[in-house]
Amino acid sequence: MNRIYFDHAATTPLDKRVFEKMTPYFTEIAGNANSQHYFGREAMKAVDEARDKIASLIGARPSEIYFTSGGTEADNWALRGIAQAFKNKGRHMIISKIEHAAMITTAAELEKQGFEFTYLGVDENGVVDLEELERSIRPDTIFIGVMYANNEVGTIEPVKEVARIAKEHGITCFSDCVQAMGAIPVNVKDLGVDLLSFSAHKFYGPKGIGALYIRNGLPMGRIITGGHQERTKRGGTTNVPAVVGFAEALSIAEKELDENAKYVSGLRDRFIDRVLSEIPFVKLNGHRTQRLPNNADISFEYIEGESILFSLDLEGIAVSSGSACSSGSLEPSHVLLAMGVDEALAHGSIRFTFGKHNTVEEVDYAVDKLKEIVARLRAMSPLFAEIKGEVKNV
Amino acid sequence: MYNEKVMEAFSHPKNVGEIENPDGFGKVGNAACGDIMQITLKIEDDRIVDAKFKTFGCAAAIATSSTATEMVKGMTLDEALQLTNSKVVEELEGLPPQKIHCSVLAEEAIKAAIEDYRSKNKK
Repeated sequence: MNRIYFDHAATTPLDKRVFEKMTPYFTEIAGNANSQHYFGREAMKAVDEARDKIASLIGARPSEIYFTSGGTEADNWALRGIAQAFKNKGRHMIISKIEHAAMITTAAELEKQGFEFTYLGVDENGVVDLEELERSIRPDTIFIGVMYANNEVGTIEPVKEVARIAKEHGITCFSDCVQAMGAIPVNVKDLGVDLLSFSAHKFYGPKGIGALYIRNGLPMGRIITGGHQERTKRGGTTNVPAVVGFAEALSIAEKELDENAKYVSGLRDRFIDRVLSEIPFVKLNGHRTQRLPNNADISFEYIEGESILFSLDLEGIAVSSGSACSSGSLEPSHVLLAMGVDEALAHGSIRFTFGKHNTVEEVDYAVDKLKEIVARLRAMSPLFAEIKGEVKNV
Repeated sequence: MYNEKVMEAFSHPKNVGEIENPDGFGKVGNAACGDIMQITLKIEDDRIVDAKFKTFGCAAAIATSSTATEMVKGMTLDEALQLTNSKVVEELEGLPPQKIHCSVLAEEAIKAAIEDYRSKNKK
């Protein structure tokens, strides 16, 4: 069976050029980067080079880049680190309602420890409300966090404005750039944030490596204690091959950003146009233009997302239902609910995320299959039977 | 996450549809929870001679609808009322823990259809 991968927001395959760059660091240059001997020094040299490269690509200083195990750890660190460092100044934090589970779940933990959270609402396109942000700021607010691009619906947030507002009030500003990095230009100076998280496997780099940008001079607590790695702020033996791959992947992603964005958004637009015109009772979630180049999140009325997901999987097409992270739960996507999408419709949402290796033929094949699947599942749905014959615009 | 038997029942479900002028009609669940199951029964001499379903729900909901309707065909009403969700799950050789509630829906839909029949045919 031909397998088609339309789940690039979940993860991307490693770019072969990145793999080649990483290979020697598994077997040949295999020292512990913190060892003082030759082997260690060689490993550290590679880590330093990678850090320099990543820093320059995002407009930061090398001393502001801290490697982590990925986006989730970086998000955890941002929230918990600021909570620790600023708890005597205040205990109020603001994040958006559509943040990744790494933020939402961590916020719930911090609430148990006595921190107070305001969850910013979004409009029907998933864009945060800046006026609500202004209104939510209190004298004891210590943290504002809004993701740059949403992982489910791909909406790009006005992070620059968020950071400006935060700065005016002297509040630390964080942005989760896990989905944005490598897909749209990301520059810490341009955005004006104090903290920023990103992860290599979203842009054809290896899994298990990410980073937190921490602006120099920002007081910051630690969540992982151990050795002297990462200027003593994050213990643990450095994953040298992953760090090398991370830098290479980001450098390729930045170099090929315009080309990839154009190609992938072409596939996405073809997909969206065909689905919206050829399948009745569907709704595109998120902003039509202010969205990631790779994302098409679509709700199919009268049927349930997981049935669509597995039906597509049986045809060789891999997609996500809502957020991959919510697939274990029975609740519909918190992002769609925050956008005001009706619960039943939210249950019928599928995320298609395209990548640089996908083709127009794959898109067309998927739309053809999708049409059959949606028709088959609707024929089975008691909800569809009720409205049949009636034309209704969502 | 699903075994082969569940995937087979999901991708090739039996008894999909609606019996016209059914003797028993049961509908349980709601769209907000992401699960609605509708069962229609044809009943002769207190025995289920045909059963059909329409389901809005996940793969497990569709698979259990198919299996449960298949199981009750030929049963007397009293036998069908004894059909528990765990028997449906057993027939499917297991469901992931978070999907067990879907099999409860199938049990409830069948019970609702039988109750509907009995309330309409009180002697």
